[in-house]
Amino acid sequence: MLLSDAFESLFNFQKALDSFRASNWLDSSLSSGGPYPPVNVFRKGDDFVVLMELPGMNKADLDIRVKGKTIHIAGTKSADYAATASVHRRERLAGRFDRAVTVPVEIDAEKVNAEYSNGMLALFLPRAERDKPRLIKVA
Amino acid sequence: MTTAQELAVQPKKELASKDEKTVPARYFVPSTDIYETEDALTLVMEIPGVEKQDISVNLENDVLQVEAKIDFAKYEGLEPVYAEYNVGHFARSFALSNKIDQNGISADLKDGVLTLTLKKAKQAVARRIAVG
Repeated sequence: MLLSDAFESLFNFQKALDSFRASNWLDSSLSSGGPYPPVNVFRKGDDFVVLMELPGMNKADLDIRVKGKTIHIAGTKSADYAATASVHRRERLAGRFDRAVTVPVEIDAEKVNAEYSNGMLALFLPRAERDKPRLIKVA
Repeated sequence: MTTAQELAVQPKKELASKDEKTVPARYFVPSTDIYETEDALTLVMEIPGVEKQDISVNLENDVLQVEAKIDFAKYEGLEPVYAEYNVGHFARSFALSNKIDQNGISADLKDGVLTLTLKKAKQAVARRIAVG
């Protein structure tokens, strides 16, 4: 099954936009910091969920910080083998990364939840209470 | 030694399969490292987001087939707003030489990294010959 039509069309739309304005200028992407890891951002009611694929990480090597509307993810990914092994094929990437993602709402830093399982990092970013729209009753 | 460099984004490669799938789904080729030690050949592949029970490793006619499936149910109730990478299952196959002991294959999944250890067949392990 495909993820969802909505996801598929969004992905293709963004790819088309990106290729339209593509230039190799500093090889950077929309947000600040490096472009790795690629993120998918979802909305769940008022809150945001940021997912990224980071296989083979050590939880202790992840550094996640939140401030205001921005979440900052840094870490080191390694793929090392015993020195006695002779490597036939090397496709997995290793190195450090540093990325900042900005969401359009104020995040409640106290309630941010990060989960790392099966090589996926999921960040649950609840919208700060003070940022939510208030219902005004006409007196 | 390799830790100093900055990571670049590696676009996911979609699997171009000889046989078509009967259900609509995207399959990607997992990044794989292969290395050999004295007594075994080890394949290390990245399959983020796959649960242990959704992996199938098949060995038939010297072809090792690995298929790992994503559980899309986890994405229910999530509305996509920004997408940078595509999501799909993983599949890849490797032709093995007959140096592999076909019964001695073990698999281990940890943090989205699948490690397959293929023991070499007895006759393929190098034997040191002492000069008498």
